[in-house]
Amino acid sequence: MGGSLLTLFTWAVGLVFVSPVLWLVLTAFKHENQAATDPPTVVFRPTLDRFTAVLDADFLPYLGNSLIATLASTLLVLLLGLPAAYALSVAPVKRTKDVLFFFISTKMLPVVAVVVPIYVAAARLSMLDNIWTLVVLYTAMNLPIAVWMLRSFFLEVPVAIVEAARVEGAGLPRVLWSVMLPVMAPGIAATALICMIFAWNEFFFAVNLTAAQAATVPVFLTGFITSEGLFVAQLSAAAVMASVPIVVVGWFAQGQLVRGLSMGAVK
Amino acid sequence: MSAVTTPRRRSAATERARGWKRRAPLLPALVFVLLVTQLPFLATLVYSLRSWNLLRPDSRMWVGLANYTSVLTDAQFLGAALNTVLITASCVLVAMALGIGLALLLDRGFVGRGVVRTLVITPFLVLPVATALLWKHIMFEPVFGLVNFLLSPFGAGDVDWISQSPVFSVVVALVWQWTPFMTLLVLAGLQSQSRDVLEAGAADGASRWQMFTWITLPHLRRYIELGVLLGSIYVVNTFDTIYMMTQGGPGTASANLPFYIYQRTFLGFDIGQSAAMGVVVVVGTIVVALLALRLIFRTFMSTQEAAT
Repeated sequence: MGGSLLTLFTWAVGLVFVSPVLWLVLTAFKHENQAATDPPTVVFRPTLDRFTAVLDADFLPYLGNSLIATLASTLLVLLLGLPAAYALSVAPVKRTKDVLFFFISTKMLPVVAVVVPIYVAAARLSMLDNIWTLVVLYTAMNLPIAVWMLRSFFLEVPVAIVEAARVEGAGLPRVLWSVMLPVMAPGIAATALICMIFAWNEFFFAVNLTAAQAATVPVFLTGFITSEGLFVAQLSAAAVMASVPIVVVGWFAQGQLVRGLSMGAVK
Repeated sequence: MSAVTTPRRRSAATERARGWKRRAPLLPALVFVLLVTQLPFLATLVYSLRSWNLLRPDSRMWVGLANYTSVLTDAQFLGAALNTVLITASCVLVAMALGIGLALLLDRGFVGRGVVRTLVITPFLVLPVATALLWKHIMFEPVFGLVNFLLSPFGAGDVDWISQSPVFSVVVALVWQWTPFMTLLVLAGLQSQSRDVLEAGAADGASRWQMFTWITLPHLRRYIELGVLLGSIYVVNTFDTIYMMTQGGPGTASANLPFYIYQRTFLGFDIGQSAAMGVVVVVGTIVVALLALRLIFRTFMSTQEAAT
């Protein structure tokens, strides 16, 4: 009895917690005159008009930029981070602790403290309003956390299976590729997911370093609010469309996320 | 080259070669991070010693520490620093407390657990800029907002949350956004807990509360520490929420350091001063972070379980 009450309570807490998102989604399907009423409108005929209006406001180029920045930077993080994590775990270099400390300490550096030189450098290299500038910055932003997480997953691979493969004559590349990476796949997925969330959501560099050509989805939302800020339903539709890709990826990979965080946390 | 010294030389050389071979996989990542994060910071250090206002092209010259004295006597800078500490500390602590509660609720087996967990993590996945707009225009809106509607039976009618309590409003949105992250971390900790210990505790007749404070909480310690550390790193740097919700206002009432420095840089065009502010923030962050990291590293690097 007490158990089912607690279950009911848990459900209630979960629903209350997520209710702002539910309301946002609901609002996105309203007509504009139903979106801002007192008391709030709950029963209405849903419409997709707001979503088409957002697409008409040239949403797709922003979406494309966000996809490039997110996917390319995550790929780069893995390309640079996997070897580094290997060097810090399986065949540890000297002063491993210092290197790890250095990596995480770069996360302590407030981005505002480096944005001016980055702006000046990007201007001199004609890289302002260029999506690859964001790719480079997002890679540097996520690499430290990724190295920490990936290192913990390398440490997790059982020594026995690595040695068994060695005994059977497999060289290092082969051991890495066909023994270690498959075991680590869930961890790599979790790391990639964390990097994707932070890259997709990043705003500061995007708003300061891009303009018409390379602006990403978060920047799209700011432009939206200044020009048509009073249209709450349309704003909701835009917010939903801007969030959906990462929310869906996160839902599917949440098991990985919990595992990844826990292993990354304590190893 | 004499025959006597050759073997030793060769071994030293192979030793060095082996060292480089081990280091090689690390170098690309290390060099990349050094170039992209440390080089700009060195430039910031140089800028901070110069007068440089974009609106006055003739203003560029060396001024020594003058930027620093004006920063440290700038009341708005100090106010923003105070806001940063306030926002970060309250957000991280409240989100962690809520996260522990939610994680305990989610740790049991029950019908629809996967669904509820999915609901709970969703705010962390929603775009932060969208979150800020959601809280500003849908939740906290004075006339049509959901918060005032829900509070109206209790006599709290048309409160304009954003302009009357800007810092509070920002903290609410941030807590909502970061609680799922803390929940996930604590949940991971709970699920890694050995069942044997809990069963032994139950067999010894420990009460639920005793089991929680004596077994579960110590086991969770490093997960909580990690959550506080990572949460702080990200919340200290919060920019989007303030930019979208309050623009640091009214006045500079809700500006934190990232937002204030952004204003000085991109709206005030005072490169020299904002660089000095950046350096002060970095020094302050490093002092706090060193203390925190030392704590975390003790738990990270210790091979034995945290048996305290």
